[in-house]
Amino acid sequence: MDATTMTTAPPPVRAGSTSGRKSGILLLSPAVVLLLVWSIVPLLLTLWYSFRNYNLVDPTMHGFAGFSNYWYLLTDPDFLEALRNTALLVVGVLVISVGGGTLLAVLYDQEFFGRGIARVLVISPFFVMPTVSALLWKNLMLHPIYGVYAWMMRSVGLTPIDWLQRFPMATVMMIVAWEWLPFAVLILLTAVQSLDTEQREAALLDGAGPVARFRHIILPHLSRAITVVVMIETIYLLTIFAEIMVTTAGGPGVASTNLAYMIYARALLQFDVGGASAGGVIAIVIANIVAMFLVRAVARNLEA
Amino acid sequence: MATVELKNIRKTYISEEIIKGVSLTIEDGEFVVFVGPSGCGKSTLLRMIAGLEDITDGDLLIDGRRVNDVGPADRGLAMVFQSYALYPHMNVYQNMEFALKLAKMPEAERRGKIEAVAKTLQLEPYLKHKPGQLSGGQRQRVAIGRAIVRNPKVFLFDEPLSNLDAALRGQMRVELATLHRRLEATTIYVTHDQIEAMTMADKIVVLQKGIIEQVGSPLELYHHPRNLFVARFIGAPPMNLLQAHVIAADEQGTRVKLVTGQSVTVAVEPRADLVGTSVTLGIRPEHVRLGTSDVNPGQGVVLLAEHLGALTHLHVRISDGHDIIIQTEGGDALTADAPVAFSFPPEHCHLFDQNGVAMPRKARRSLAA
Repeated sequence: MDATTMTTAPPPVRAGSTSGRKSGILLLSPAVVLLLVWSIVPLLLTLWYSFRNYNLVDPTMHGFAGFSNYWYLLTDPDFLEALRNTALLVVGVLVISVGGGTLLAVLYDQEFFGRGIARVLVISPFFVMPTVSALLWKNLMLHPIYGVYAWMMRSVGLTPIDWLQRFPMATVMMIVAWEWLPFAVLILLTAVQSLDTEQREAALLDGAGPVARFRHIILPHLSRAITVVVMIETIYLLTIFAEIMVTTAGGPGVASTNLAYMIYARALLQFDVGGASAGGVIAIVIANIVAMFLVRAVARNLEA
Repeated sequence: MATVELKNIRKTYISEEIIKGVSLTIEDGEFVVFVGPSGCGKSTLLRMIAGLEDITDGDLLIDGRRVNDVGPADRGLAMVFQSYALYPHMNVYQNMEFALKLAKMPEAERRGKIEAVAKTLQLEPYLKHKPGQLSGGQRQRVAIGRAIVRNPKVFLFDEPLSNLDAALRGQMRVELATLHRRLEATTIYVTHDQIEAMTMADKIVVLQKGIIEQVGSPLELYHHPRNLFVARFIGAPPMNLLQAHVIAADEQGTRVKLVTGQSVTVAVEPRADLVGTSVTLGIRPEHVRLGTSDVNPGQGVVLLAEHLGALTHLHVRISDGHDIIIQTEGGDALTADAPVAFSFPPEHCHLFDQNGVAMPRKARRSLAA
């Protein structure tokens, strides 16, 4: 509100502008307060519980626990298994969905008969909700008695494999990859299509074959889109829960328990709220470390 | 280095014929410009020569060898695209190196070639730059450099200057023409800009709707357009065209009566059979003479005088709906609404018959180069 602005604009009333700012803050506050309450309160409560003895079935155990919840958790081999499974799930699904997605995106960029229908089909798994797709895979496709794969194997004289029992983590990974492949294809296909046709033709005239064009022209062009896909998928893959819950319930044993499922099991199957809270805090720390690296990588890639 | 020969080349998209039988011979070292309005098929023709489009029918010969079924990389061509089509993630050096690397040329040889080309194109300071850091003119030069390092038999240019501003375009035109003189490489250049065509070409090919309207040197096209389309297309401001009908044809020339009532003698080969038919009289703005004259005089009123400094374009109304443009070096005193007298020198008049085909002129101009 300095003098120069007043020469052209009608002089603003000083009292009115401050009260305007006040009422602005007032109007904003419901949204801000709601967001704060929704994120800060659970965070603080989790932190609080993680330092408490808090077991739902044993009310005699209460009081301050110090770091014992953390100590108990970090020395638990199940926790290490859950960490390993989380990493395996994230990396495995990323490799399958980004690798397969890139190849499919290049494939679906070609002209072929029925491309429109094929594109719809390749994208459709993304619209199936996680619980439903996990059930589909568990009962319809992979069931050792009446699943499609069992029938296929029997019809060529092989003994059906109980996939979820024998290879629990790999099977969960496959189901989640099936869900996320369409997303990668969708993003990467639009990226492939945005490649300048004259650039492709220039490469063609430069003598680049299909492999060289993919390696030197298409892949560098896709690098930004790939980092975006990796970032978004990582955020979701760290918290995969429904697929594990529905198919294996983390088992056999803890063979397919990831961090998210482990926290759930601690809190609501073993009723150890304190221990589960400690797991939650560790999950938050890990997610933030990953997010920091990812955001940096993406920011660097988007700048160039 | 190479000759290119097109024999009755045709291109059909689904059911529509885009190129309707083009035959053309391009000599070794010649700078040929394909020119025509948009949609005339000039770019398609170039892309067919490059191998980016299939040839539906006809033969394409490079150095006498039929290359219809040879892939684009193996035809020995290099192309400069309208958008330059530089690889954005590679620097200038890598852009030029890409084709050589794919051809498995040894590292030292590659380096030598690229450095030599960078020197001719004044790109040395930018070899480490990415295309995104360069100006339009510099990118253009990189695209040309990328073509040159491959040492191709034929250079193809697809409207390479249309993304540049007017001043830079003029400068690049000179650079391209100079470069062509030094490399003496066979070049095919597509443009819709007739000034680029006129200034750079050894031979201009005027295309319309997939057929060649005329092939010739720039001055041949200017002085002896074969038909109305070429007459209209070549020259700026465009040729004045007036409807007329033939009233007499004898040894003195052909007399026509214009729709404006004026009668004009034209120095074309007389054809008695055309007496009474309607024709089109054409005369270029720069050939209309100002002032009174005994031969083919006319009068009009100045609608608008565009003073360009060295030249003046006078838009003159002869009668309602019939305007002509007169280009003159003087005319400074003339302003709108001033009456003006002019004449059409018979030797500069063109006559086109009902089908738009030019009648042969009596005196063929001796053409320089």
